[in-house]
Amino acid sequence: MDVKHVAKLANLQLKPGEEDKFKKQFADTLKTVDVINELDTSQVEPTSQVTGLTNVTRKDKIDASRIIKKGIIKRGDYFKVPSLFNAQ
Amino acid sequence: MSWQTVLGFEVHIELGTNTKMFCACPADHFGKAPNTQVCPVCLGLPGALPVPNATAIEWCIKLGLSLGCEVNLFSKFDRKNYFYPDLPKGYQISQYDIPFCKDGQLLGHKITRVHLEEDTGKLQHQASETLIDFNRSGVPLVEVVTEADFADSTDSDRFLKELQQIVRTLGISTADMEKGSMRLEANISIRHPGDPLPNYKIEVKNVNSFRFIKKAIDFEVARQTQIRQAGQIPVQETRGFKEASGETVSQRVKEEANDYRYFPEPDIPPLEFTKEQIEIWRRELPELPAQVRQELISKYQLSPHYAVIISADPNMLAEFMKNPVKPTADALVNKRPVQTTAFIPVDKKIVEKILVANPRAVEDLKAGKQQALFFLIGQIKKQVGNVDVTLTQKLINEIL
Amino acid sequence: MLNKLSLIESLDGLRSKKFTSEQLVQACLDQIQKFNPKLNAFLAINEKALDEAKKADVSKSLGGIPIAVKDNFLTIGLPTTASSKVLEGYMPQYESTVTTKLKEAGAIIIGKTNMDAWAHGSSTETSDFGATLNPWDTGHLPGGSSGGSAAAVAADMCIAAIGSETAGSIRQPAAWCGVTGFKPTYGRVSRYGVIAMASSTDSPGPLAKSVGDCAIITQVIAGHDPYDATSSPSSVPNLAPSTKHLTPLRIGLAKEYLVGQSRPAVLEAAKQFEKLGAKVEEVSLLHPKYSIGVYTIIQRSEVSSNLARYDGIRYGQDRSFFGDEAKRRIMLGTYALSSGYYDQYYTKAQKVRTLIIKDFDQAFKKFDLIIGPTSPGPALKVGASIDSPMFGELEDMLLEPSSIAGLTSISVPCGFVDGLPIGLQITGPQFAESLVLQAAHSYQQATTWHVRKPQLS
Repeated sequence: MDVKHVAKLANLQLKPGEEDKFKKQFADTLKTVDVINELDTSQVEPTSQVTGLTNVTRKDKIDASRIIKKGIIKRGDYFKVPSLFNAQ
Repeated sequence: MSWQTVLGFEVHIELGTNTKMFCACPADHFGKAPNTQVCPVCLGLPGALPVPNATAIEWCIKLGLSLGCEVNLFSKFDRKNYFYPDLPKGYQISQYDIPFCKDGQLLGHKITRVHLEEDTGKLQHQASETLIDFNRSGVPLVEVVTEADFADSTDSDRFLKELQQIVRTLGISTADMEKGSMRLEANISIRHPGDPLPNYKIEVKNVNSFRFIKKAIDFEVARQTQIRQAGQIPVQETRGFKEASGETVSQRVKEEANDYRYFPEPDIPPLEFTKEQIEIWRRELPELPAQVRQELISKYQLSPHYAVIISADPNMLAEFMKNPVKPTADALVNKRPVQTTAFIPVDKKIVEKILVANPRAVEDLKAGKQQALFFLIGQIKKQVGNVDVTLTQKLINEIL
Repeated sequence: MLNKLSLIESLDGLRSKKFTSEQLVQACLDQIQKFNPKLNAFLAINEKALDEAKKADVSKSLGGIPIAVKDNFLTIGLPTTASSKVLEGYMPQYESTVTTKLKEAGAIIIGKTNMDAWAHGSSTETSDFGATLNPWDTGHLPGGSSGGSAAAVAADMCIAAIGSETAGSIRQPAAWCGVTGFKPTYGRVSRYGVIAMASSTDSPGPLAKSVGDCAIITQVIAGHDPYDATSSPSSVPNLAPSTKHLTPLRIGLAKEYLVGQSRPAVLEAAKQFEKLGAKVEEVSLLHPKYSIGVYTIIQRSEVSSNLARYDGIRYGQDRSFFGDEAKRRIMLGTYALSSGYYDQYYTKAQKVRTLIIKDFDQAFKKFDLIIGPTSPGPALKVGASIDSPMFGELEDMLLEPSSIAGLTSISVPCGFVDGLPIGLQITGPQFAESLVLQAAHSYQQATTWHVRKPQLS
């Protein structure tokens, strides 16, 4: 596994030594996972949810009661990050 | 050797629903104080869960039907994973392998897919920091993807304007380019006729008018032609458009291939539609611009040129329909005052007779099709002459 | 020693005015003060608990009862961190559906309990705020990830507690701490306001001193929630178990699960069920090793996406504050979903998940319930999970299949090994909460394992 590339995709910084440590640990974990390949799934559909529910939707009606008014943001303020484009 | 343009589009349309795509915050974000229309869901707070907006789904499918698409009877939402400060959850809820609609066409151009997703927050870049407003985060966004089958910018101009008109006729969005409720992304490359698709493509985005996208495409084709004439391949990248100079400029060089790691959204059960439901939605569609044009030409003997101009403007169309004769069209198109002629009074009995003689139109009218009203008034005019449309309309309504 | 009471005993006492909610809450606070420095079960204590107790309406279903809540449930006024430094000091802007319902039922949230950071683990040793220790023997782990809740109940620091399961995180610590832990069907209890681990299996549920206690709490927290699209719209039946005997229940004893030191106690429990009138037979299920594989992939994939929102821009600290275990899970999930590997790992796991569901469907045609050990053995020693990336999966291997299939299951104490408790799991089909609780209750009526308490010092 290209640990560096995966860390980049995951938006994580690796500390010195972590690349090698994780690489070994991931290899072990994937070995344990590989047993699932013993099972023939050629005729099997994948399951991503177990509820059997479909078409769960919401009416298009405004509910302002959940709007956040305090705490992490003061009314009318922006969230900020260091400039993404300098002098663009 | 000559060059051929390879041109296709991704068009994003912000829906004008009351609420956002997955929460009950107001969707109308334009001009609102920053971060005043945000809740746990659209701000990506811990533990918040999305619940889809039924109207947004219906409108997305209606747009697809208007574009002649096939509707997938089984569909679902997926997570598109990537990091950007305007994306509060670190993923966008979108649709991957099973969009609501696929395989349509408009003005002879193929529509690959029409799917539903959520908008991101809005960034404002300043010298030392970037400001983020999440009012737009989670607003329903329809993405229309076309095949790269446009010959040039004139070809695409016609298409994009038609698409905007359809969206406005459906009443699902203002499709206002300046306000960003309709956003165009052109994928442009060039090749020699008969060659396979080139192995690069330039995305031009953040262009806020039809005129500018046309200019941007023309500029880009010329720029790429120059590069390729010199035996080189343009760098694959996203480019913006500078209005002042009429040039496209590099926005950022794509970092390595994006890997969005799509997977089915576990927080939202899949969606299933019956054929009956789709048919109901199809029947609810209003008359689309193409149909209106057709009727202007065949029923009122207008030239195609006039039909296009008049159908494109709802006010003009309404004005024309008050007295649908050629002099009215002449006056409207040439921006002259519409001549008022003395109306011939209309007899209620004649109206009744016409209604009896046209049961289908009456049915359509009862189903809410405005075009049927115009048809009936046209029939009355044929019999009586120039009648007052408003009065006649009133009479018809009274009788029905 | 009011804090030693069960929920049912507490409700009786409050309603017959033998004592007040204030006294009950005070007894728990005293116990917390005395033993939390040693056990580290609580991360935060509700300073207003006594005030709330004064105003308690004991006629409500949980009126005046001090309940501890795992730190991944959002609670206004109490910090919520999921035991991660990334969220250290985070004060929620909204309340989880579960704690809203608890409060509406009159419960008093006494504090927030420690857990494996982000619920990643089965030891509560991966908490960024120090491990919780097992009240039965502080040299041992409490299990996890709801280890703080399990230890708090076992040490009588609360009357009952709320935990959450992705695959065993209620049942396994319940087993290791000698308490009763109930996992309702996926979708039975709302996930709104619970910091997501693996969205497709996360299930909140109670940890308490008896099955009857668990039933009362589940009755309160279960039910449809319009804010959770995966929550079940079907109505919740009366879950209170009756004193009636188990009539001809058919119970399958999971053959592949009978491993480790738990085996003798579980075989004993099977005999107990026969005495109670059930018909117990061995049943062969898909080997749990496949569930380990499926669970590892699905859970890490969903984790990689669910933890993407923690970027420090809107709240909390930035991503450099993630601990090793979270980093590993995020990265492995990222890998499993990445282009070129998606089919090999993610799609394959989702297909095997289908096979596991079908396997249970088949078994439940023949049996009403399936029993087996909750965990292969009793609590492991402190330190056992360190640098063991698959620790949780191995300790929870007998619980993962039922979680992957979204079933309902309970762990009840069924014996001891070397002075440490052992758990029995009783699993039923989706939405068979009543049946599972009834069977477990009958077992507890016939046994006394669940009333044993650790000697605290």
